[in-house]
Amino acid sequence: MPSNKSVSDAPIVQFTNCRILRDHRLQREDLWVREGKILNPEKLFFDEKGSADLQLDCKGSIIAPGFIDVQINGGFGVDFSLATDDFKSGIDLVSQKILSHGVTSFCPTLVTSPPSVYHQVLPQISVKNGGAHGAGILGAHLEGPFISKEKKGAHPEHCLRTFEAGAFQDLLNTYGFLDCVRIVTLAPEMKRSSEVIRELTKRGICVSLGHSVANLSQAEEAVQHGATFITHLFNAMLPFHHRDPGIVGLLTSDKIPAGRRVFYGMISDGIHTNPAALRIAHRAHPKGLVLVTDAIAGMGLAPGRHTLGQQVVEIDGLNTYIAGTKTLSGSVATMDTCVRHFQEATGCSIEMALEAASLHPAQLLGIEHNKGTLNYDSDADFLMLNDNLYVQATYIAGQEVWRQDASSM
Amino acid sequence: MKLIILETYSQASEWAAKYIRNRIVQFGPGPGRFFTLGLPTGLPRDHPESYHSFMWNNFFKHIDISPENVHILDGNAPDLQAECDVFEEKIKAAGGIELFVGGIGPDGHIAFNEPGSSLVSRTRVKTLAMDTILANARFFDGDLSKVPTMALTVGVGTVMDAREVMILITGAHKAFALYKAIEEGVNHMWTVSAFQQHPNTVFVCDEDATLELKVKTVKYFKGLMLVHNKLVEPLYSMKETGAEKSQSKKPYSD
Repeated sequence: MPSNKSVSDAPIVQFTNCRILRDHRLQREDLWVREGKILNPEKLFFDEKGSADLQLDCKGSIIAPGFIDVQINGGFGVDFSLATDDFKSGIDLVSQKILSHGVTSFCPTLVTSPPSVYHQVLPQISVKNGGAHGAGILGAHLEGPFISKEKKGAHPEHCLRTFEAGAFQDLLNTYGFLDCVRIVTLAPEMKRSSEVIRELTKRGICVSLGHSVANLSQAEEAVQHGATFITHLFNAMLPFHHRDPGIVGLLTSDKIPAGRRVFYGMISDGIHTNPAALRIAHRAHPKGLVLVTDAIAGMGLAPGRHTLGQQVVEIDGLNTYIAGTKTLSGSVATMDTCVRHFQEATGCSIEMALEAASLHPAQLLGIEHNKGTLNYDSDADFLMLNDNLYVQATYIAGQEVWRQDASSM
Repeated sequence: MKLIILETYSQASEWAAKYIRNRIVQFGPGPGRFFTLGLPTGLPRDHPESYHSFMWNNFFKHIDISPENVHILDGNAPDLQAECDVFEEKIKAAGGIELFVGGIGPDGHIAFNEPGSSLVSRTRVKTLAMDTILANARFFDGDLSKVPTMALTVGVGTVMDAREVMILITGAHKAFALYKAIEEGVNHMWTVSAFQQHPNTVFVCDEDATLELKVKTVKYFKGLMLVHNKLVEPLYSMKETGAEKSQSKKPYSD
């Protein structure tokens, strides 16, 4: 068919015979892509009188936006909290490998570490687009060291710090470099946390509450100052109590400022949270649920001993503990496993499960106009999945970057 | 006129679809072109209720039509009358309309040729009757001020020039219009009645649309269904050989 595209000569690809996730529903529609973005076919048809250059039959697959993992500590032997000489190649390796899990964008996460580690590692992390080389990096997630001693979990006690003395300046001195930082997890009950939260929020950094013994009003105050996320709900915080729900109470708090939503990360690997608890959280506040892996270096490798920053962890099946203890430390779950487990445990719709790993993290980071959806003009980062939510192919900016059977298109 | 009466809305739709398919195959499309009829003015092209959106979502996106072959009147053209005149020229240049498919309004209008429209009118700008505006309000959340009040439409005369006309009428609310269209005289207050003077018309309707017709009329045409069904069975396909296609597919005329 002659095509007379007045806007651009770039090739137009039409993905047919598929169901796409749009407007919160799986719809039988074609997906059109041009120049790395999702294209509006009606506009193409009427305004440009254009048509597809290439039509690809998706054989009835589900097409969903690429997954976004906002808490991942490493994988395949790479630990983001270790300042090694080949750190850059380590992060490249992980970003390439997680394509097969359906992750198209992620936030490399650093656990509590000494300042020297931050000073060495952070300048080596840069926000960059994904592609054939690997998933895109949205920015670092710094989990600690400004967290509570009582809820340190797997974080090393000797590295914990406070910002009582100099508030935000202390934080800046510890991390050294904030340019590429996207999320900071801290404990809001710490003195002067409000100032710090306000300052971080002002710089566009998402503040998350976690590893904390805060009560509900401390948590609500933190939200009022700008906090928008909860790090791995239920884990490393006070348990829900009916007279003081603690941080968990944020899910149904009436003190959240108008127009804002509190999001909460959940590691749905079947280990960190009992399915019943997962269901309670999901039913209380479905739109805030963000699936995260909290994966550690041992993810993708055989069971045994691996590092997590300054600690040694032991992996046995899906369980990951600080060596010699029963303290959970991260997980070896992959994102697509989390999505499947979440869907099974809660019995929610496929659309809901997929959005918890794509739309919600994008909304958390304020990038939903670009990522996390298949809306027109969004980045064409998407996945082809079968009906059981196994990833068959991963696309970034409209290019296939991974396919199930390992042979290319 | 052939009056085809099916029991339900979906059966009527299916019959019409099969008939159109057979006609297309018989037409032997090559440089065949499509024309689409009338649009309200003032609606931006990408408004979800614009004709462009309607045609895209319900028709164009499901078929492999080349965008150059789509001609929809542009309600936002700077010179509306010129837009209409050009449309008429394009129809002539394409060799005239082979088959015109349309519905009727509860007031018996064809396209947007409201009651009182000249039966020899051409493509032009038309003000919409209050009935039509009320009927369209449902697409604008019931807000009457948002509904367009004018439309570009093909004229009754334009449609009469087509070599064949098919009108789809379903639902009880169209019953009175159908009665006026086929059992009463030719009248510009019920513009569909103009097709009584067209040599080749097919009306496809469901039971509910016949509620105002004489029992005699309904029985007569139902009795002809055996013969009329030969128009949709066998169902032809583009994949058949040239020899079969060139045979006339119309076993009779009325």
